[in-house]
Amino acid sequence: MSDQPLFSVRNPWFGISVGVTAAIAVLSAVAGLIWLPLAQPDLKLAGVWDAICSAAGVPRAAVQEASIKPDFKTSNVVMTSEMLTKADQVSIGRGATLAQRCAICHGPQGVSDAHSPNLAGQFAAVTYKELNDFKTGARVSVVMSPFAAAMSDQDMKDVAAYYAFLPRVPSNSLDTGRPAPAVVVTGAPMRNIPPCGSCHGDIDNKAGSPWLGGQSAVYIKAQIEAFASGARRNDISEQMRNIARQMTAEEIDQVAHYYEAQP
Amino acid sequence: MLTNKRLIAAHFWLAFIVFGAALVLGAWQMFVRSPLNTWHFNPEFYYRSVTAHGSAMGYVFPTLIAMGFGYAITEASLAKALVGRRWAWAGFFLVAIGAVVAMIPVSLGLASVLYTFYPPMVGNPFYYIGVVMVVVGSWIWVALMVINFVIWKRDNPGKPVPLAMYANVAGCLLWGWTAVGAALEILFLILPVALGLKSTIDAGLARVFFSWTLHAIVYFWLIPTYIAYYTIFPRAIGGRLYSDAMARISFIMFVVVAMPIGVHHLFADPQVGAGFKFMHSVFTGLVALPTLLTVFTICASAEIASRLRGGRGAFGWIGALPWSNPIMLATALSLVMLGFGGAGGLINMSYQLDATVHNTQWITGHFHLIFGGAIVIMYFAIAYDLWPHLTGRALDSFGMMCTQLWLWFIGMIVTTFPWHYVGILGMPRRMAYYDYANPAISPQALSVTMSAIGGFILLLSGLLFLLVLIRGQFGARGEAGAYRFAVPLHMPARIPLALNSFGLWLALMVGLTVVNYGFPIAQLMALNETSVPAVYVGAGR
Repeated sequence: MSDQPLFSVRNPWFGISVGVTAAIAVLSAVAGLIWLPLAQPDLKLAGVWDAICSAAGVPRAAVQEASIKPDFKTSNVVMTSEMLTKADQVSIGRGATLAQRCAICHGPQGVSDAHSPNLAGQFAAVTYKELNDFKTGARVSVVMSPFAAAMSDQDMKDVAAYYAFLPRVPSNSLDTGRPAPAVVVTGAPMRNIPPCGSCHGDIDNKAGSPWLGGQSAVYIKAQIEAFASGARRNDISEQMRNIARQMTAEEIDQVAHYYEAQP
Repeated sequence: MLTNKRLIAAHFWLAFIVFGAALVLGAWQMFVRSPLNTWHFNPEFYYRSVTAHGSAMGYVFPTLIAMGFGYAITEASLAKALVGRRWAWAGFFLVAIGAVVAMIPVSLGLASVLYTFYPPMVGNPFYYIGVVMVVVGSWIWVALMVINFVIWKRDNPGKPVPLAMYANVAGCLLWGWTAVGAALEILFLILPVALGLKSTIDAGLARVFFSWTLHAIVYFWLIPTYIAYYTIFPRAIGGRLYSDAMARISFIMFVVVAMPIGVHHLFADPQVGAGFKFMHSVFTGLVALPTLLTVFTICASAEIASRLRGGRGAFGWIGALPWSNPIMLATALSLVMLGFGGAGGLINMSYQLDATVHNTQWITGHFHLIFGGAIVIMYFAIAYDLWPHLTGRALDSFGMMCTQLWLWFIGMIVTTFPWHYVGILGMPRRMAYYDYANPAISPQALSVTMSAIGGFILLLSGLLFLLVLIRGQFGARGEAGAYRFAVPLHMPARIPLALNSFGLWLALMVGLTVVNYGFPIAQLMALNETSVPAVYVGAGR
């Protein structure tokens, strides 16, 4: 028996092993690709070939029902973690000139006490995204929308690069000894709230999440409340709205004052 | 006779040093995420630690054991010095350097991607380069084992290749082919993104490639254990192997069906069709066969040994087994853990049942029971068995060895049974923090505390194991004689060509891979717009 060539139908080891393996493969394919899909009434298959394509994972056109469009504009900015991290000097310089019109609220050095966001040292991608959302109408503000409407894409990138270039200035309420609220460090898993720090610094920073240290508590609180009420809805995939809706009034207050006291 | 003792000992020592370090991390992880710890640390450290623990335990430790044991088997079973000694050392250093290269970015927090490194998470390129170096180092071993196998067969035409070597080469071939999936994933999908040449990645295709490696790697870890069952255990208890042919068929079945089954890790993934998931599920079920064959053959071999020692009765022979022998004890405990772990595995491989436990702590419990329990306890046994031959000194602290093995068994059961249970309660895996004060989670607190205690028992057992080995380096000098493997009840003079070669089985392995993976991979490669932006771990720090 062992003298026969291995790859030969006369060798029983070859015939049996290949036969059994092929039989199992064919049977499982027939069951998985034809029988089981056809046995499921919900799949609404047109026939055997349709069943095979469906079970093999060939993309099929979705059922043609009109998708429900939101009655408001959504943000069209795609965020990536490397986005706008490498600014050139020309862009920063142009941004500095353009930013003069922002200084009345955001301060000549990107810092102000007007309860508007402090932009000095803010990530360029964040400033760019907000300007873009003001321009497209995904975020609405009586003050900001008219400013953004007139800006070109390059203008927005330049302004964002300039503010990212400015050094962060510690706020007047700086208090680094202040203990971090639980929602910042651990979130609230059972309410689906991730830790604030996992996106907004402290623990990790995720693309598109602003640096919150030193921002006005009044501003932070107003924005979380706007997310919770749905007045602000330019957060991608509704992530901040889902979080803000689950936060208690006390937590919102704690978070706002905690971040104001951070560098 | 072992000639390259330093080479073999180097592999085992490095493996166990890595194991010891990763074990400490594991115990720390068990502690910090249990109710025993009040929450006061950066959760990022937890993910760093899990990445280091998983990469060390999954990639470095078993690979070094398989390599070291493979070299020992080659020299002892073929009764000649290893061909390619310098290449073997090169492979060893590649693995060692690769492990360091991978661990530096992990410790710096630049690659907390966990050992499965699922895209779109992308970490520091050196992590992946380190993993590739480990794999390439092990491929050198694969090549050397095949070369030694071929040379021996050429010099001994018609003679059956010793079972240990045959099984060893089966493991090599399985690993050589199964590592290709992750290698393709790293080289063509992840590294271009990690190096900054691209910013998007086809996460679905990457996960399919990884599943190609992820399941069969378990059988690569398992093969040394099975070799120990078949070729060390019967000899160590003074018996004979029940059937040589049955053993070969088991290893052959692993080669053929262990690989085209990995999609059962992707049951919840949308990018693979349900039909292919079903096919992989069927073939996963088939892998239970070689294990059932093995359990039968090993129990039969134990019965032979017991009856030779005077054991009687339908079950009375079990009491007559040499229970104070560490190899006997390790094998029995290993089979118990394999039984429980295997039963859990049958649940994981069932397309519908998996839905209830997918990505819960059940899965963590399952693979710790199988790998950490059934497999690693036999790695201990292999080391105990081989140590006197490597050191030329007696290893006679049998009481310590048995205590260590019992502690490992108890620790693993106490760790993994509550893990399975909280998994059924729905506790997700891979989370640094659970709010046990919450009424919905608080019923899990007791079980998680128990499993953390199990983790400390395992740590104690691991330290005891290292202590036994260190004592072995300073024991009384004594020649251990030639290293022998178990002799079958009926020594085959001639065996069928199919059971003495791998051509047919390799063809079936590759053929089944094409059948089960060909279409899903080809389709994902052909589809447009399947890439997503990469999420760089540690970016912005």
